[in-house]
Amino acid sequence: MSDSAHPAIHPAPTTFIRKWVFSTDHKIIGIQYYFLALIAVFTGLALSVLMRLRLAWPTESWPWLETIFPVGFEGGVMSPEFYLAMLTMHGTIMVFFVLTTAPQGGFGNYFLPIQIGAHDMAFPVLNMLSFWVTFLSMGVMFAAFFVAGGAPISGWTAYAPLSALGEVAGPGLGSGQDLWIISIALFCIASLLGALNFITTVLNMRAKGMSLMKMPLTVWTWFTTAILALLSFPVLLAAGILLLLDRLGGTSFFIPAGLVVSDTVIESSGGSPILWQHLFWFFGHPEVYIAILPGMGVASQLLSTFARKPIFGYHAMVVAVFAIGMLGFFVWGHHMFVSGLSPFSALVFSILTLAIGVPSAIKTFNWLGTLWGGKIRFTTAMLFAIGFVSLFVSGGITGLFLGQTSVDVQLHDTYFPVAHFHMIMGVAAIFGIFGATYYWFPKMFGRMLHEGLGKLHFWLTFIGVNAIFIPMHLMGIMGQLRRYAESTEFKFMEPLQPYQEFVTIAALVTAAAQLLFLVNFCWGMFKGKKAGENPWEATTLEWITASPPPHDNFGGRELVVNHAAYEYGVPGAPRDYVMQTDPPLETTK
Amino acid sequence: MADARVENTGLQAWGGGTLPYSVSHIKLGMWLFIVSDALTFSALLFGYSYVRIATPDWPTPFHFWPTVVFATLMTAVLLSSSLTMVLAVNAAQRGDRKWTIRWILWTAFFGTAFIVLHGMEWMGLMNQGMTLTGNPWGSPLFGATFFGITGMHMFHVFTGVVYLLAIAGGVARKRFHSEHVEVCGLYWHFVDLVWMFVFPLVYLLSVDMGA
Repeated sequence: MSDSAHPAIHPAPTTFIRKWVFSTDHKIIGIQYYFLALIAVFTGLALSVLMRLRLAWPTESWPWLETIFPVGFEGGVMSPEFYLAMLTMHGTIMVFFVLTTAPQGGFGNYFLPIQIGAHDMAFPVLNMLSFWVTFLSMGVMFAAFFVAGGAPISGWTAYAPLSALGEVAGPGLGSGQDLWIISIALFCIASLLGALNFITTVLNMRAKGMSLMKMPLTVWTWFTTAILALLSFPVLLAAGILLLLDRLGGTSFFIPAGLVVSDTVIESSGGSPILWQHLFWFFGHPEVYIAILPGMGVASQLLSTFARKPIFGYHAMVVAVFAIGMLGFFVWGHHMFVSGLSPFSALVFSILTLAIGVPSAIKTFNWLGTLWGGKIRFTTAMLFAIGFVSLFVSGGITGLFLGQTSVDVQLHDTYFPVAHFHMIMGVAAIFGIFGATYYWFPKMFGRMLHEGLGKLHFWLTFIGVNAIFIPMHLMGIMGQLRRYAESTEFKFMEPLQPYQEFVTIAALVTAAAQLLFLVNFCWGMFKGKKAGENPWEATTLEWITASPPPHDNFGGRELVVNHAAYEYGVPGAPRDYVMQTDPPLETTK
Repeated sequence: MADARVENTGLQAWGGGTLPYSVSHIKLGMWLFIVSDALTFSALLFGYSYVRIATPDWPTPFHFWPTVVFATLMTAVLLSSSLTMVLAVNAAQRGDRKWTIRWILWTAFFGTAFIVLHGMEWMGLMNQGMTLTGNPWGSPLFGATFFGITGMHMFHVFTGVVYLLAIAGGVARKRFHSEHVEVCGLYWHFVDLVWMFVFPLVYLLSVDMGA
């Protein structure tokens, strides 16, 4: 390996396979991750639509669905077990293959090296392997649909002992659950290898003059996310190995003594299901930030670009990102307030959880400060960035409710936390992905997306998600329990059925609106207006090179970075923006 | 300006265009992998301590002879392998290819010896009725944690031996230089270090103190 910061770039590939399939070019790998996430997100969306239909009209028969899913839809009605399988797969696919994959693997891979002025990742071959292991992982996960018993029903958290017992505990808990664990283990390995690649790249490969405090905030968030992934995925890997031992090796790490399931006495004994929760959530909470942090970076980048102002409080933003990331490792217990956790531990976890509100508020106020007095350009990308801030607030504020033990005991396992985490780590993160797509599409594919169609997509989606999740908060407060396929059988939940119908209709409209995005995306790739080098008049390094960038990103240029990441509206500058590589301004020194 | 402050405090190493820790990509990457892998073992050891504290009938069946003596011998073998690894790195940095390969092969030999000794020890315990799913002395989790943790460690030693042989081959064909040997050494010392946690926690704490 070369001892210089810029090792010789690997030559541009010539064959189709090396260029598009087993590529070591971070840009191609980024696009591969992005398309993988695109397939995953529409699969996950379809599963949620099926669940919503079942919830709104529990007795309605859909014979055509029986022809597609003969096992799960006997008589055209989704069985409760099939509902749980849909729920598990929706959560797993969305969390791992969309929210972890698209922002970090997709946009991070594509733009992190370019934004720091590097030619590629530090380990291009490892990067390729990370993608293909992720691809294999998704294949294994999808295979769980097709094995005997179908997909697992233990939720994306795979809570033990349900996940540890095998077929006796329910359909899908045989080979389906095995495949689930294997898939997640593969995903862990791919993610931690990807993470060490990201960290090495940021530390070692910045262009001359690109000091840490000149890095765009997107780079800071990808960097922090990579640290979280590096430290949290190995713990899930260890937990997965133990769970697999329980299932295939006959151990009982997570199976308590004296367990009787479906009139069967379980042989193995002595373990603790709570141990699984500790290990899982030690990963699971940082995972939430793995999903949302890159969205914060994208929101910062977009708000600054389109408000034509430097980001308000750059240093505070960096510190806040790091604080959120690090605090994320000490709050896993807030997922376990009703697990029998000692009230003292719960208090500590509760205080630390509420402390995350401080850096989150710093970020929010800095975003508002960035908008204040700006010459705002309402592009589609900007709308999604503003939408991100809105959802970050309305989804985050309920975290303060749930972080308090006494309130959580009341709200636990209702629709309230479901609405909370969908709003923040689901939809807000997705808005980050959409914002990034509308913003960087011209760079990635050399063509612009249609703005009018984009804005229609934004408004339908923004109103739609609020129409879905605000009622779900109310339902949760009124006692609607999560994970039930059918709530009309319970007297206290029956009056909430009109809410269920409303939410389902909102979900159908919102899901349909995503077709607009798909149309725009496909149209834009082939027919969109040609994009120049810098269509948004932005300052960061990806905008000084061609769209799409050449194989070595900058066409052999050696860059020198003279400016901070977001110098918009600098007095005395020739334009209202100063690119990072522009020569130093005399007036600023 | 924000950058002026950074430069005035003499942090040029972080100014871009250089390697801030003066280490190459592969060395930094290996350190990061080690951090990550350390967390995998931490999770396993956390799980072990969790179930051990939560289990009333946790057995402590090991005796000075043969288990502790055997495990001490294995520790000595593994420590020797770290010494030969240091000598290999030293030879590589001197540019002495012959001794580099020789010391790497000694390291691989000690690694293999560790695996063989470990296998013999496992066989002995299994003959006493201790398996992954049960044992004659108490909680079945005793065997599960023992074989789980030592098995995971043994897997790391095994991959380490393969890694060493690959490096030795690369050095012989002049494809790898001293840095590759050094990075491989980092991994090997890490695997050794993990054993320094496994030995007291899994072996010494399981010794029957005759209470």
